[in-house]
Amino acid sequence: MTRFKLNGRSVTIDADPDTPLLWVLRDELGLTGTKYGCGIAACGACTVHVEGKPVRSCSLPQSAAEGKSVVTIEGLSKDRSHPLQRAWIDEQVPQCGYCQSGMLMAAAALLEVKPHPSDQDIDAAITNICRCGTYVRIRRAIHRAAGSSK
Amino acid sequence: MRVHTAFAFSTVAGLAALTMVALFPQRSASQPAAQEAESRAAFAVVATVIGSPRCQGCHTLSAFPRQGDDQHRHLFNVMRGPDDGGALGLPCTTCHGQANNAASGVPGADEAWRLAPISMGWEGLTTADICRHLKDPVHNGRRIGEQVVDHLRTGLVKWAWSPGTDAHGRARTAPSVPYSDFMAAAEMWVRTGEACP
Repeated sequence: MTRFKLNGRSVTIDADPDTPLLWVLRDELGLTGTKYGCGIAACGACTVHVEGKPVRSCSLPQSAAEGKSVVTIEGLSKDRSHPLQRAWIDEQVPQCGYCQSGMLMAAAALLEVKPHPSDQDIDAAITNICRCGTYVRIRRAIHRAAGSSK
Repeated sequence: MRVHTAFAFSTVAGLAALTMVALFPQRSASQPAAQEAESRAAFAVVATVIGSPRCQGCHTLSAFPRQGDDQHRHLFNVMRGPDDGGALGLPCTTCHGQANNAASGVPGADEAWRLAPISMGWEGLTTADICRHLKDPVHNGRRIGEQVVDHLRTGLVKWAWSPGTDAHGRARTAPSVPYSDFMAAAEMWVRTGEACP
């Protein structure tokens, strides 16, 4: 049994300890906002926060979440009011949208430690992959959310 | 790898010398020249491990880590960051957990994944330079003597001998010298005066 806090509420999971957290979130807990992309921690579509830090949930055994706080895209805000979510809409960032929940979680993790990131900071922190090539709008939206001038 | 190849030649001789030192410790203590030779031989074994891609990948002198036996730049624009633990907002632990992940092929260790500080970088250095750095507190993390050996007992160093498999299920290459021999050589090197080539 693994117990952890998910978006502020306690959950108990009865699954193989090696099951990736991603599949527990999606299949056991029904939170399908977190996406499966590559399964090798390369694309970032599965990014969630564990103890406030970004984690690629496809590569984290669910047992490693024991006693920790996990936040998914569903928990970023209750009503899509997070500055990044508003900026994402304002800048019309997504195209197909598949990678965007991971992008938002990665961007939120960046703003936690660097409230006003430079372009260079964004490039270094957001290594997520978007097949639609929305990178320019992502960068713009992060600056907008940060209240940056760019 | 250039450093690795250079180190490899002296490994067998180094191990043989270590065996002799273990069998006849009094002889080395009474003969400084012999002791120095034994210390150099011990370092040759240590150097073989230091040349391993598993060590070199994170003991870089650049703003980023390297990966693979060919030591290519770490994919995805992964950066060293301000505290050697990854970029702000993208710590190494975003992907690297507390153990190797056989399903994804992402390596992990029971110590937070990170690079060695730039001051402890070995990229492009000769064997002799690395040897001097290892005993220089400015370049070895402010360690003296036995403290250098203590570092070799940490989870990230030990990981090199249990590096797991990559995303394709292929086993990563471990250092050619067993961990126990490596530690014996490191302890011998320090005990015999940290002689360098």
